[in-house]
Amino acid sequence: MNSLKLSWKNLTHKPLSMLLSLVLFALGVGLISMLLLLDKQVQDKFDKNLAGIDLVIGAKGSPLQLILSSMYHIDSPTGNISIKEARPFMNPKHPLIKSAIPLSIGDSHKGYRIIGTTHEYVDSLYRVNIGTGKLWVEDLEVTIGATVARELKLSIGSNFHSAHGLGTDEIMMHDDVDAFKVVGIFAESGTVVDQLILTNPQSIWKVHDHDHGGEGGGHDHGHDHGATAEHDHDDHDHEGHDHDDHEGHDHSEHATATPRKALTDEVDKEITSLLVKYRNNRDWRSLNLARNIDENTDLKAANPAYEINHLYSMMGVGTEALTTLAWIIVFVSGLSIFISLFSSLKERRYELALLRVMGASRVKVFSLIILEGLILAVLGYLIGLGLSHLGMELLAGHLKAAYQYNFTGKIFLQKELYLLAGALLIGFVAAVIPAIQASRTDISKTLTES
Amino acid sequence: MLQAENIQFAYDEKTKLQFPDIHCQKGEQWLLLGQSGSGKTTLLHLLGGLMKAQEGHIKIADTDIATLSASQLDHFRGRNIGIIFQKSHFVRALTVEENLVLAQDLAGIKIDRQRIKVLLDRLNIGHKLQAKTDALSIGEQQRVAIARALVNRPKIILADEPTSALDDHNCDEVIRLLEQQAKEEAVTLLIVTHDGRLKNKFDHQIHLQKQL
Repeated sequence: MNSLKLSWKNLTHKPLSMLLSLVLFALGVGLISMLLLLDKQVQDKFDKNLAGIDLVIGAKGSPLQLILSSMYHIDSPTGNISIKEARPFMNPKHPLIKSAIPLSIGDSHKGYRIIGTTHEYVDSLYRVNIGTGKLWVEDLEVTIGATVARELKLSIGSNFHSAHGLGTDEIMMHDDVDAFKVVGIFAESGTVVDQLILTNPQSIWKVHDHDHGGEGGGHDHGHDHGATAEHDHDDHDHEGHDHDDHEGHDHSEHATATPRKALTDEVDKEITSLLVKYRNNRDWRSLNLARNIDENTDLKAANPAYEINHLYSMMGVGTEALTTLAWIIVFVSGLSIFISLFSSLKERRYELALLRVMGASRVKVFSLIILEGLILAVLGYLIGLGLSHLGMELLAGHLKAAYQYNFTGKIFLQKELYLLAGALLIGFVAAVIPAIQASRTDISKTLTES
Repeated sequence: MLQAENIQFAYDEKTKLQFPDIHCQKGEQWLLLGQSGSGKTTLLHLLGGLMKAQEGHIKIADTDIATLSASQLDHFRGRNIGIIFQKSHFVRALTVEENLVLAQDLAGIKIDRQRIKVLLDRLNIGHKLQAKTDALSIGEQQRVAIARALVNRPKIILADEPTSALDDHNCDEVIRLLEQQAKEEAVTLLIVTHDGRLKNKFDHQIHLQKQL
C-alpha cells in the first residue's frame, strides 16, 4: 500500500467529483498539443519546401498567393505570363540569376496538380530521387510523386487524362487529347514533390492548344492526334518550331539545357511563374531586382522567405489567441482540482487524522494530497495528448482533401514534454494548499469533533 | 509498560485538567472510568501522543514520549500504540484487508497478509476481508478496529469508549474479544469509558473526577 496506490484509491473512490477537473484538464492540454502539432507540421512543410528559392516571378497579384500557388501548390495561381516577358530572367548569362525554373500550373488529375517544368525542378531545386522509372523526356510523359502514385494507384505505364483547373471537378476533362503516361515515380521526400505530377511545359501547352483550337499551329495538331507520343512524331512535331539541335535533345540525359532553349523560343506561349535562385543572395542588386520587376514590368516578384514569415506572423496571432485560451482552460481546471481537493478534505478530515494515528507523518499526509493533484494532472495530460493525436489523425484526412498536404498525429514533439512539466506544475500548485491544510490537521481535535 | 505521572493539560487558562498517576504492567488490563467532562478522552489522547501534556511524564515501554520529535512520535505511535475509538473510522476507499495493510505500511513494518487473515478469523470476521468498510455493521466495524489496533503487535492498546455505540449483545461480544485478544498477544490494555456495563468486567480500575 504505497502512497501512489492510496492516492489513486482515494481518487477513484469518488470518481465523479474529479471528473470535471479531469475533463477540463484534458481539454486544455489537448488543445495546446493540437496547436503545437499543427504549428510544427505546417512550419516544417513550409520550411522544407523553401528549397533555396530566392524569388518567385509571376503575374501581377498578391505576392503571398504567388508564393502559395507556385511553391506550396495550395492556392490558385495569380495568372499566366508570356515566355516573352519571362525570357530575360531565363537567360543563363543573367548577371544576378543563377537559375530560373519555369512552371506551368493549371491542370490537375483527381485533385493532384500537373506541373509543367524542367528537370532542374527535381535535380537542383528539391533534389528528389527517382524511386522507379525515369524522369519525363517526351511530351505527355509524366513522373509522379510518391503520394500521388500511392493514393491514385498509378504505376509506370498508367495512362490518364488531365482535368482543366485545380479541383477534382471532372467536367472539364481534357479527354479529347492523348493521355498522359506515367514513366517514373519519385521516391518519398517529404517535399511538395510527393504531391505533384511533373511533366514538361510543352505537354501542358499541347493539351491546351488542342482545346482552344490549336494556337500552336495546324501542323502540330494533326500529328498529335495520330498516335501517342512516339519518338518520330515528337521529333517531327518540334521541327515545326525549331530545327536546331533537336535531335540531340531527345535522347540526352542532360536534358535541362535544351528544353530551356526551346522554351525561351516559344515567345507566344505562356507559363505561370519562374522559381529564381540568385547567384549571390547577399548582392544588393539582387535585393533590388524584385523591386525593379514590380516597378518596371507587368510581372510580380515575391520573396518567399519574406512572405512566409508574413504568413507565420498572421497565423501567429490566431494560434497565440488559441494557445492563451487553452492555457486558461488548463488554469481553470487547476482551480477546479484545487476546489475539489479542498472540499474533499472536509469529509476526509477524520481519515487523515486516522492516518496520523496509524503512524503517518505530516510529510506523508502532505505528499498523499500532492500525489492526488499530480495523478489528476498526469491523467489529464495523457487523455489530452491522446485526444489531440487522435484528433490530428482524423483532421489529417480533411487537411489532405483541402490542401493536398499530409499531416499526422503519430509524431510526438519535445514541446509536449515541456507541456507535461507545465501540467505537473499546475497539478502541484493546485494541490499544495489543500496538502498543507491536510498536513496541519490537529489529530486530537479532529477525532473529538466527530 | 505504561506510566503517567503528574499529568496536567490546559486547553486555556480556565480549564486546567489534572490526572491521577497511572502504572500499568505488561499484559494488564485497566478500566479508566469517568463521567463526560472528566477529561478522559483528553487523557487518552495524551497517552497516545496525539496531544502533548504541559506537565508530567508519560512513559511507554521505557520511552518518554515527550522526548520524541514530531515525526519520531508518529512513527512510535504507529509501531507501539494501538488505538480504538468510539466510532470506528476507516479509509473508506479501501477494503478491510487494505485498511489493515495500510496500518502495517504506515507503521513501517513488513506487510503480513497471513497475520491479517489470522487476526480477522480470530475476531470472527475473516469472511469480510474484501468488503468495503462502509458495508459493515457497527459491531463488525468495531471488531475490524480491534484487528487494526492489534495488527502491528503494539505494546499497549488504548480504547476510547469502544462499546458506547453498541447494543448489549455487541458490547459483550466486542469486550470479550478485546480482552481475549489482548491476553493472547500479551498487550497492555487501557479502556477509557463511562459505560457502566463494563464496570464489573475489569479488576484494575481508575476513577476520574469531574473537573470541568
